[in-house]
Amino acid sequence: MAHTTTLLEIKDLKKTFSIATGLFARPLTLTALEDINFTIRQGETLGIVGESGCGKSTLGRCILQLLSPDEGQVLWLGQDLTKLPAEEMRQRRQDLQIIFQDPLASLNPRMTVGEIIADPLRTLRPELNKTERRARVLKTMESVGLLPEMINRYPHEFSGGQAQRIGIARALITEPKLIVCDEPVSALDVSIQAQILNLLSELKDEFGLTLIFISHNLSVVRHVSDRILVLYLGRIVELASGDEIYDDPKHPYTRALLTAVPIPDPRLARARNIDALKGEIPSPINPPSGCTFRTRCRFAKPYCAEQRPPLERLENDRLVACHRWREIEVPQEAVLGV
Amino acid sequence: MTEVLKVEDMSVTFELHDSEVQAMREMNFSLAEGETLAVVGESGSGKSQAFLAIMGLLAKNGRAGGRVMMGDVDLLALDSRQLDRYRGKDIAMIFQDPMTSLNPTLKVKTQLSEVLVKHRGFNQQDAVTTSIEMLERVGIPEPVKRANAYPHELSGGMRQRVMIAMALLCQPKILIADEPTTALDVTVQAQMLDLFKSLTEDFGTSLVLITHDLGVVAGVADRMMVMYGGRVVEKGVTDDLFYDPRHPYTLGLLHSTPHIAKRAVRLDPIQGLPPSLENLPKGCAFHPRCAFAFDRCLVERPPLRDVGDGRQKACFYEGPLAYGEVA
Repeated sequence: MAHTTTLLEIKDLKKTFSIATGLFARPLTLTALEDINFTIRQGETLGIVGESGCGKSTLGRCILQLLSPDEGQVLWLGQDLTKLPAEEMRQRRQDLQIIFQDPLASLNPRMTVGEIIADPLRTLRPELNKTERRARVLKTMESVGLLPEMINRYPHEFSGGQAQRIGIARALITEPKLIVCDEPVSALDVSIQAQILNLLSELKDEFGLTLIFISHNLSVVRHVSDRILVLYLGRIVELASGDEIYDDPKHPYTRALLTAVPIPDPRLARARNIDALKGEIPSPINPPSGCTFRTRCRFAKPYCAEQRPPLERLENDRLVACHRWREIEVPQEAVLGV
Repeated sequence: MTEVLKVEDMSVTFELHDSEVQAMREMNFSLAEGETLAVVGESGSGKSQAFLAIMGLLAKNGRAGGRVMMGDVDLLALDSRQLDRYRGKDIAMIFQDPMTSLNPTLKVKTQLSEVLVKHRGFNQQDAVTTSIEMLERVGIPEPVKRANAYPHELSGGMRQRVMIAMALLCQPKILIADEPTTALDVTVQAQMLDLFKSLTEDFGTSLVLITHDLGVVAGVADRMMVMYGGRVVEKGVTDDLFYDPRHPYTLGLLHSTPHIAKRAVRLDPIQGLPPSLENLPKGCAFHPRCAFAFDRCLVERPPLRDVGDGRQKACFYEGPLAYGEVA
């Protein structure tokens, strides 16, 4: 697979939220994302991982302009989406869709399946008449594995896995180029999760989709992604191909995340020497100085507290932000225990 | 090893408007001191109901049958007040979502010390001191500060630790953990699993871990019990079930779980959907999704039977269990 065309380029993206602390108190500023720079190539799946609060969902929403970034650009085939007038952005949404984590909560309980899936067409393709819309809905339902007779049923009649298929159909019906999948399988049972993962990869091949796959489950991300972006406290700490991330992680945080992933293999799991990360993610309202990961990093040196590590570009367009990535050598078994 | 709990022919039934639903039936197992037993299954498999029943926490329209013996006492035969003598003290349970299990209006130390005052007759001051020690033992940094916090001021991982601390205050013989790490980040999950390991190894606590995550099971469980459609379908030593599954459902679960060290091209999920308990398929409940089902499976329900080496399965199929053989 040659990933040549750059579909999306994120440049110096920053997003802050203002947190009210009281009636007369000055609001605090929470920096959710800062210095985000990366590109997405046509046809690839980019996984975004990190602990809760690292900004992964915020990033997905900033790309889709569901949230407006404070600074920076989101370039879609060279066009800056952040500067686009609302009406034009609305048209652009045909190309950029999203699938949410909680499938049932993201479906309107008072609409039938057919109405839910057809809804994007009403606003984005008003020229289609009722018959054409229905034909498209049925075609899309078929490609996500929903039976035609389900078209008049309501969301509550469906299980989580089927509801997620409805959500996927709603995203697909506008024939998008890119879909942001925000924890699409986290709420599903194991056997259903595997069905949805396989469905997403089939749809990707069939329609030539580009996917952004946001998840806290590293095994799932590893399974679906071509490249993986690791976020910590709103910053990129590492970006590399899936194999590079798993075989040769450069950033201590990436390593720590990998050693914490449970392995469904009892002998391996016992043999593993888990280098569990101590403590929890610090508050983004008052992040540590210098490298924000230093408070939990066992390789941290005093200078890590003074200077923020730059995002360095390595060969193969790998990115890593760590002062010490060249010096720290951790053997493979420390990562997976095998 | 000493047996701390013995469950015999247990069932849970819910009375609905004009019908009854059996959420779980024919459960038999014993739990040894210091042992970790994983109960694995998907939503609706009945895996939580059994243990809610043991704790006397079933919904009002639910009732449990069979026997749950803790020594000479049948926990199912006790009324709520009698059960209070054991609940929390000998057997404790923690849940997936710690926020809904903690009282949002009380400080952490108030909720913890109450347990000691009520069950172990501590005075208030000693109870608070002991509570803070316990917070420290479950790995909460700055325990004094956290003890004075309200639940909403703590992170998810911290709240789960508070729940565990509360469950451990009375040094229960048995801890039942219902999806305790599902809502947590992997890094915090790894810390919790470490904590569970030290509990069973250092304190001899017996742990029942209810989960759908086979990765978690592989790391901590000595034995496991796989449930489907309200029944146990396979039971045995964890390694045996992982490396040599004998029930097609166990095999299917293993093939549905992504493995971080192996990037398969495709997962081999179980087809179809889990059954509704109100309308279980005839014969073996798993047969509509089973790649190995034959005539007999459609009409007759396979009983759970011994298949050697302390293993049990509920399946008629005796051939080799590998997807390669089927195609």
